[in-house]
Amino acid sequence: MNKKVIATTSLAGCFGCHMSFLDIDERILDLVELVEFNKSPIDDIKVFTKRVDIGIIEGGCCNTENIEVLKSFRENCDVLVSLGECAIMGGLPALRNGIPIEECLREAYLDGPTVSENKEGILPNDEELPMLLDNVYPCHEIVKIDYFLPGCAPRADLIWDALVALVTGDEMNLPYEVVKFD
Amino acid sequence: MKDKILEITSKYGDDRGRLMDILIDIHDLKGYVDDANIEVLSEKLGISIAEVNETVSFYHFFTKTPKAEFNIYLNDSITSNLRGRTRVKEAFELACDATFEGKSEDGMFGLYNTSCIGMNDQDPAAIINDVVFTNLTPYRVKQLIKALKDGKSLQEATYESTGDGKNSDPDLKSMVFNNIRKGMMLLNKDYERFEVVGKILAENSPEDIIKTVEDSNLRGRGGAGFPTGLKWRFGRRVEGEHKIIICNADEGEPGTFKDRVMLTEFPDLVFEGMVIAAYATGADIGLLYLRFEYRYMYNYLSLVLEEMREKGYLGKNIAGIMDFNFDIRIQLGAGAYVCGEESALIESLEGKRGEPRDKPPFPVEKGYMNFPTIVNNVETLASTVKILKHGADWFNTFGTKDSLGTKLLSVSGDCRFPGIYEVEWGTSIREVIEMAGAEDVQAVQVGGPSGVLVSVKDVDHLGGTELMKWYKPSGMMVAQKTYDRKLSYSDLPTGGSIIIFNNKRDLLKEVVMNFMDFFIEESCGSCSTCRNLPYIMKQKLQKILDGHGVRQDIDDLLSWGKVIKVSRCGLGQTAANPILSSILNFRHLYEEYVQAMTDYDNTFDLEKSVEAANKFVGRKTVFHHS
Amino acid sequence: MDQTIKFTIDGTIVTTQKGLTIVEAAKDNGIYIPTLCNFEGAKPKGCCRMCTIKINSRYMTACTTPAADGMEIESNTEEITDIRKSIIELLFVSGNHFCPACEKSGNCELQALAYKYQMLVPRFPFIFPQKGIDASSPRLMKEQNRCIACKRCIKTIKDEEGRNYFAYKNRGYALEVILDPELGKDIPEDLAKLAMENCPVGSIIYKEKGFDEPIGSRKFDKTPIGSEIEV
Ligand SMILES: Cc1cc2nc3c(=O)[nH]c(=O)nc-3n(C[C@H](O)[C@H](O)[C@H](O)COP(=O)(O)O)c2cc1C
Ligand code: SF4
Ligand code: SF4
Repeated sequence: MNKKVIATTSLAGCFGCHMSFLDIDERILDLVELVEFNKSPIDDIKVFTKRVDIGIIEGGCCNTENIEVLKSFRENCDVLVSLGECAIMGGLPALRNGIPIEECLREAYLDGPTVSENKEGILPNDEELPMLLDNVYPCHEIVKIDYFLPGCAPRADLIWDALVALVTGDEMNLPYEVVKFD
Repeated sequence: MKDKILEITSKYGDDRGRLMDILIDIHDLKGYVDDANIEVLSEKLGISIAEVNETVSFYHFFTKTPKAEFNIYLNDSITSNLRGRTRVKEAFELACDATFEGKSEDGMFGLYNTSCIGMNDQDPAAIINDVVFTNLTPYRVKQLIKALKDGKSLQEATYESTGDGKNSDPDLKSMVFNNIRKGMMLLNKDYERFEVVGKILAENSPEDIIKTVEDSNLRGRGGAGFPTGLKWRFGRRVEGEHKIIICNADEGEPGTFKDRVMLTEFPDLVFEGMVIAAYATGADIGLLYLRFEYRYMYNYLSLVLEEMREKGYLGKNIAGIMDFNFDIRIQLGAGAYVCGEESALIESLEGKRGEPRDKPPFPVEKGYMNFPTIVNNVETLASTVKILKHGADWFNTFGTKDSLGTKLLSVSGDCRFPGIYEVEWGTSIREVIEMAGAEDVQAVQVGGPSGVLVSVKDVDHLGGTELMKWYKPSGMMVAQKTYDRKLSYSDLPTGGSIIIFNNKRDLLKEVVMNFMDFFIEESCGSCSTCRNLPYIMKQKLQKILDGHGVRQDIDDLLSWGKVIKVSRCGLGQTAANPILSSILNFRHLYEEYVQAMTDYDNTFDLEKSVEAANKFVGRKTVFHHS
Repeated sequence: MDQTIKFTIDGTIVTTQKGLTIVEAAKDNGIYIPTLCNFEGAKPKGCCRMCTIKINSRYMTACTTPAADGMEIESNTEEITDIRKSIIELLFVSGNHFCPACEKSGNCELQALAYKYQMLVPRFPFIFPQKGIDASSPRLMKEQNRCIACKRCIKTIKDEEGRNYFAYKNRGYALEVILDPELGKDIPEDLAKLAMENCPVGSIIYKEKGFDEPIGSRKFDKTPIGSEIEV
């Protein structure tokens, strides 16, 4: 059997979902029997080198880079999975939704209680930086997403079960204890 | 000010149940109600500030912000838009030097949008400090505002012309027109005032009266079509220390204005109907719930009640019938469509927000103050008078087998002769179009926004689909050439609102969007479904209209429209109908918008989404890649 | 007179005493009908529509409708289940339910129902409303974006004179539930705690009470909502 090809990324997330992924522990050995990784922080491959079967997205979209990466995942992967609350609904970063972006920037760089050494009032505006979006967007509001695995972070068992189901084509098994939002 | 507020509350016996009247009086006194007033009310009525606020914040015509000297509420109904509302609106803004939902700097004029005010046959219309101005044009607006600036009173400004019929009565003196185009049993002139109450009542027992109304097969004219005789029989059977007759004159369904005309031309007929209902059911308290928009009739109607009291048709031992005691009070609403729903109306009568009750129990078991309560529409009550005068058999000679008698239609929109048409049940849409002198018709909205949009197209192909099993707009949707569909309880039941649209109209952008806004605004908000779904569905429709739609979006609208059917009252249950019925009958309009080539599209706009942040940090929006 | 009545729920015969609502009668018979706005001891008011059932092909709310002899009730059908799931999803998108950051997470009934119905992602687009937070009371915080307007606080939290601490404000899409500005100032501790407890979601938060139960031992971590009823 051809191994399924997997890619993963973390957009506006905290890498918690990836950590949880690694929490499948020794099953990771079984996993490498089933799949091969392409672009992913897990193997540090930075660009897509072949067509991917399953793309796994952690995090929502808060800036232009997130959008770009997400779109490239959609282009290069047959199936996309939103992994975790941030990918599904913006998660904690989306707490800023509705607050004017000017206010967020002011709080973060000018007036906030944690700002100490920005006497000149410099705001990040370097051309190299991604541009900030007005809101944090759930991934499925940017591109089509095929599957959703909730949790903050999603339970390792859920990730495992879902991956196996996707790879083998079997039905996904979702016991009560693994589908959680926190 | 506190003294004056206390004066008002004591006038109503410091009764929490009269909070509507108390608030209306306070608004008459100072134009709005402030936190200090609310604190006084809270103290005096024994409820918390938040509870007082609950009622204040519910009704459109109550406000906590200071009002202008002249407050102009411009009708925002679809018929108003069809007849040049935009230009009238601009004329108001220019003449008053203010923008809508705000006031002029000198505090003289306030401009506000308001839901349908029941003047569709003479739109655009506006209510200015309780006085109605109709058939507005930019020219008339300019003249009117100039007159007010010159110090003329509103009355002086209106009396330059008065409407037809009783609208010119010295006690009413309004510029509103009846526009009665066709009268039959209800609107013809052979009405002998108080004959039924004065003579016929005494010759019949309450049982006889109920029997006659049952035999007439009269069904409620407020929209739901419940058999009136049966309702009265239940009412008679239920025991209660008091029993209540309510005449529902809330008439809020956009496009309906027939109750306005009935109350203008034949208030005595309507009140007589209430007395008959009271006699039949053993009721002692009568309430006419009059929508705030019709306040200009309040004094006129009160005088009719006064006359009836003097003549012995209200009060004690009415018409010489021993122990038949009954009187009528007029209760004003304060701007809320949902208060037309009978249990919401009752809540409102009790001084609360107009939130429909769960049924059962029905009002006839537990209504106003938990007393058995019979709620009937203006037209229903008027019909009973004619039935008792001429007999059930006579009544049954009008109409069709399942729908007997006549129906008052309020016809408006794109036609030469908008107005009131009294027709026999069984009249077809085609006949209505012809009567009204409408040409180049694209669609007819039957039953207002909550009803159904009828098209010229054949809907045969929808007959057997899954959709038809649950989509019952207001009765049944039959498969035939739709313009031959008949107004009747088994085909197209209706409270009588008929709005005609010609081929120049954009049904989705102009009509459906306007109707959805209406429901979003007018829902009481209590049901999770009705509070949220109309908004979400409207957003989805907007997405389609913006060119971002895909096939799935149409299917989504249909299946989401199903969820809202589990809402508590008729408002929520029908709130998706503008979208559902336009998809059903005008699907091609949707198809024109949706993209065939893709199954996914969103409304995300990358450039727009970075605008604000870039501007703030002082950076140009440049995209390096793709 | 015999007050026993008999009716069916999804074909199962149920017997009960006259005078109970369908939700109560079902519960006595080990059948769970999901509810959110219903609260034991308070007058039911079908606000959330979760307990929607079908009788004679008409939708009714099981929390407000008295059980009657001979009723044939549809509850766990595919159609009703999908409607209930839609309602949960609707409540999620119309508020800001950032579960990972919510004090009520794990004990929240809305979340528990989402678990029960296996909501992975709402079918509706997120709205991200900005209704604000009222923190003016010294004891309570009212997070408006989490409120599902179920009325439980309105119905159950009252002072000695029967005045409501909470009330609706506005109507339609703009509806909110607010804490009375005056009464909220000195709401007694036990009442404030009760308000938080009675709120099915995390809209009423007792100040300075944070996340005191570890994940895993909260009410709905391991046991689905309604499982205490189901036989
Ligand atoms: C949202 C809503 C609005 C309604 N508005 C009115 C109204 O304005 N006038 C009316 O008579 N009935 C209205 N009804 C119907 C009433 O609930 C009630 O059925 C009617 O007044 C009974 O009188 P009838 O049997 O004589 O028709 C409305 C119903 C709903 C659900
Ligand atoms: S359906 Fe709408 S208007 Fe009717 S009770 Fe529910 S929320 Fe209120
Ligand atoms: S605050 Fe809580 S209890 Fe009160 S209405 Fe909102 S969700 Fe219900």
